Amino acid sequence: MSCGSGNSDKPCSCAGNSVATTTAASEPDPTRRAMIATGIAAVASILTGCDKKTFDEFTQHNFRELGKAEINDIIARLEAEYSADYGKPVHVGTEPAMQGVVFGYALDLSRCVGCRRCVHACVKENNQSRDPEIQWIKVLQMDKEEGVSLQHADPYYTPKEVPEEGHFYMPVQCQQCRNPPCVKACPVGATWQEPDGITVIDYNWCIGCRYCMAACPYGARHFNWGEPNLPKDEMNPDTHYLGNRPRRKGVVEKCTFCVQRTRKGQYPACLEVCPTGSRKFGNLMDPKSEIRYVLENKRVFLFKEDLNTKPKFFYFYGV
Amino acid sequence: MPAPRRVLLSRIGRLLRTAALLVAGTALGWAQFPAHPGTPDEIQVAPPPLTEGIFPCSGCHDGKAQKPNPIRREMKDMHTDIELRHGPETRWCTDCHDLIDRDKLRLANGDKLDFKVSYQLCGQCHGDKYRDWRVGVHGKRTGSWNGAKQYLLCVSCHNPHSPRFAALAPMPPPVRPETIQRRKGGAR
Ligand code: HEC
Ligand code: HEC
Ligand code: HEC
Ligand code: HEC
Repeated sequence: MSCGSGNSDKPCSCAGNSVATTTAASEPDPTRRAMIATGIAAVASILTGCDKKTFDEFTQHNFRELGKAEINDIIARLEAEYSADYGKPVHVGTEPAMQGVVFGYALDLSRCVGCRRCVHACVKENNQSRDPEIQWIKVLQMDKEEGVSLQHADPYYTPKEVPEEGHFYMPVQCQQCRNPPCVKACPVGATWQEPDGITVIDYNWCIGCRYCMAACPYGARHFNWGEPNLPKDEMNPDTHYLGNRPRRKGVVEKCTFCVQRTRKGQYPACLEVCPTGSRKFGNLMDPKSEIRYVLENKRVFLFKEDLNTKPKFFYFYGV
Repeated sequence: MPAPRRVLLSRIGRLLRTAALLVAGTALGWAQFPAHPGTPDEIQVAPPPLTEGIFPCSGCHDGKAQKPNPIRREMKDMHTDIELRHGPETRWCTDCHDLIDRDKLRLANGDKLDFKVSYQLCGQCHGDKYRDWRVGVHGKRTGSWNGAKQYLLCVSCHNPHSPRFAALAPMPPPVRPETIQRRKGGAR
């Protein structure tokens, strides 16, 4: 691109990166703001070499601070950009959280057979880079004798058929913590928990410092080390600003419970594809939901419960 | 004779508990689900995954050219692919299929059942799974989490004749990070 920063395609990530290394992160947002304000003059000369799109991107506010008109402008800009890039009409939704809804997920460890259909359906739905492929779900094969133990977990199993004797399978993805350490670690407020409990990322605000990745005890956040490689014909054009819209090199991404689907009443893609019916999803606030039935009637555990992250992703034994 | 008495008492206790469960079930569960085993049901289900062309069974099993044959035997002329591996050795076709009206399934009490509601047949022996299935916890529902849902039938996942969940080929594993490194010339 034309910013002259050389090593990155992300417009002017130079400004962002220097923030990451200079702030102590006590008041992340204002610090970034201030930095940008003082730095703007210095950057202005570089920016004059940028086109309007790049300029708009650089001056775009954090998604949470935007007014309706601004959002409409940004969505129009993104849709035009993505549609041109991928050669088909791309929709970028902004559906907000529904009233009275907090999403929860439950996974039946006595059903899952480790077939990895979920892993790949997720990649397809959420427009992850294909090469190298970024996967938001990791299925751990574990020993029945050892129980849930990371020392005996293997994500690379490749037998002819699953399930294998003596093993069970534990898919791990973002646990959508109620007390998310990743959000606390972000120095710029680029990631936050929505009212429906989904932790999202504003990819236009993310500076790529990867503090959140270090903070996440579940390995649920992934970094675009290179320019994402997403073939046009594999691109899913039904996207959400905070979800599966295309990302760029240098930003972090993660599972959003398929925000682009679930805020429209659909089930997440991983659930829909699961041939065993191990995956359950719904509104924790609705006493009649299947997720509440699981919590009230089954043996449930939280992964790394001792860390007090308070996941809204539950593992249970349907037996 | 304290021991037999205790057994008797515990049996009575169990009976009472079962009765209580039944009453509670009627009051709570079946109030949400208007239908219950043995009656027509309003549960939205996927169509039975029958082999194309095999239904109606009465196309062959018309009672004339193909007379019902109650005798336990090895199938030779038809249905040779069916191997019963479901519970005890004594299991036989007519535990589940009506001998005379072959287009119907059959409950233990003799009631006939549509293939569309085969879950009621399964439910008669797998009460716990059936209960979980109805609330969407065993098995699977599609549709929308806050709206209409469609159930997959038990037989969509379990072959009724050999119901152990069939093994699957796993999809590819993730690439090992060291492989990525190598391909990218060590630049991580
Ligand atoms: C445990 C109960 C049970 C037993 C025992 C049983 N069946 Fe079935 N059978 C079913 C159910 C339920 C279906 C419906 C499956 C569906 O909806 O796809 C079925 C389906 C069939 C079909 C249609 C299969 C197809 O290709 O679509 C045939 C034929 C059949 N049974 C024959 C038999 C024969 C012959 C026997 C004895 C050797 C037998 N069944 C024993 C429950 C049973
Ligand atoms: C194309 C003709 C045909 C169709 C369609 C057919 N059957 Fe049969 N079926 C047969 C024949 C022939 C036999 C006897 C096989 C033997 O004795 O080796 C048989 C035997 C059976 C038996 C063993 C009991 C008996 O009466 O012999 C069952 C149970 C049965 N069929 C169930 C079904 C069901 C259920 C369906 C429909 C889902 C079905 N069949 C459809 C031809 C058919
Ligand atoms: C007449 C009673 C009866 C009916 C009807 C019945 N089952 Fe079973 N089922 C059994 C018994 C008995 C077993 C063996 C239990 C065991 O081994 O612990 C069994 C085992 C199973 C298993 C476990 C198999 C395994 O190897 O792990 C599944 C799954 C199953 N049944 C599904 C079904 C489905 C689906 C239906 C309806 C089409 C059905 N059953 C109808 C009695 C029944
Ligand atoms: C979406 C697919 C799906 C549907 C629908 C489904 N099951 Fe299962 N069922 C499974 C899987 C997966 C397992 C575990 C298999 C394993 O461990 O290898 C299982 C296990 C079972 C078992 C074995 C006992 C156990 O605890 O593991 C029984 C019995 C059973 N199911 C009965 C039923 C009945 C009855 C229904 C319908 C009311 C039903 N299932 C519907 C997927 C399904």
